[in-house]
Amino acid sequence: MYKAAVIGDRESVSGFAALGLSVFPESEPEKVSRLISRLAQNDFAVIFITEAAAAGVYDTIVRYRNTKLPAIILIPGITGNTGEGMRNLHESVEKAVGSDILNH
Amino acid sequence: MARLNVNPTRMELTNLKKKLASARRGHKLLKDKRDELMRRFMEMVRENQRLRSEVEAAIQQANAHMAVAGSVMQTAQLETALMLPKQELQLDVHEQNIMSVQIPVFNTKYKTENSSDIYSYGTAFTSSDLDEAVRSLSEIFPKLMRLAEVEKSCQLMADEIERTRRRVNALEHIMIPDYEETIRYITMKLSENERSTAAGLMKVKNMVLKKAHHY
Repeated sequence: MYKAAVIGDRESVSGFAALGLSVFPESEPEKVSRLISRLAQNDFAVIFITEAAAAGVYDTIVRYRNTKLPAIILIPGITGNTGEGMRNLHESVEKAVGSDILNH
Repeated sequence: MARLNVNPTRMELTNLKKKLASARRGHKLLKDKRDELMRRFMEMVRENQRLRSEVEAAIQQANAHMAVAGSVMQTAQLETALMLPKQELQLDVHEQNIMSVQIPVFNTKYKTENSSDIYSYGTAFTSSDLDEAVRSLSEIFPKLMRLAEVEKSCQLMADEIERTRRRVNALEHIMIPDYEETIRYITMKLSENERSTAAGLMKVKNMVLKKAHHY
């Protein structure tokens, strides 16, 4: 049985605890990176991470992009929406199609 | 285009013709695969885009409520309220095959069925904004899981499309032209050999006739 996790600063992620997700209030890049690797090995199928926490660990996230699990999904944190999640989507389109054909 | 380094023999010619035929068939199949993948991918991407903007808006709303709750209540209180969740989420992961890309399908399962079990606290000492925040998160949650599914699928498919496109291009622009050129080279070489043998024979025949009849 797989689980789902949320990573980010405490204010942004604590609400998810009520939904039964595992919450990891962490935002230091180094710790987040290690946390992601650990979660990936431990039956976590989905990892939600706030854009702020993801900013420093982009390498780690890209590493798991082409593996089947876990799915690492960016969500906006309490500091607001940086548009990073959308940008990733546009990146996927550019990779597949050759140019970004989504309307912004 | 570079000609392949083979001996111009009949055997090589037959082999190459077979290879060319299978390369053409492979090219056609891969092209179809690429087109279908691309169609499915574009559908997914549109859904992804729609879901993401919905989910982002909802999460921001929940965060706003959470911020208010955080300012009304003390941090310790807020943490205590959410410390022991009643609900536990379990995921069932299946695989779905789209054009040989394995994409995950998530089924969410809860420990308890009761939907009000998301509130892990009594309402006496907590702000109503906390309820609001938790409620709006739980409302958007099915969409959030669908987003996870779709976004992962998009990433996996983008990768597969890129790979397929490279293969199609390699077949179309390198392998097939190379085979064609080599086949042309061998056919020319063979017919040249034939002509030279025929010419030699005619010459010999003439010489023999001359000797026999003293023309």
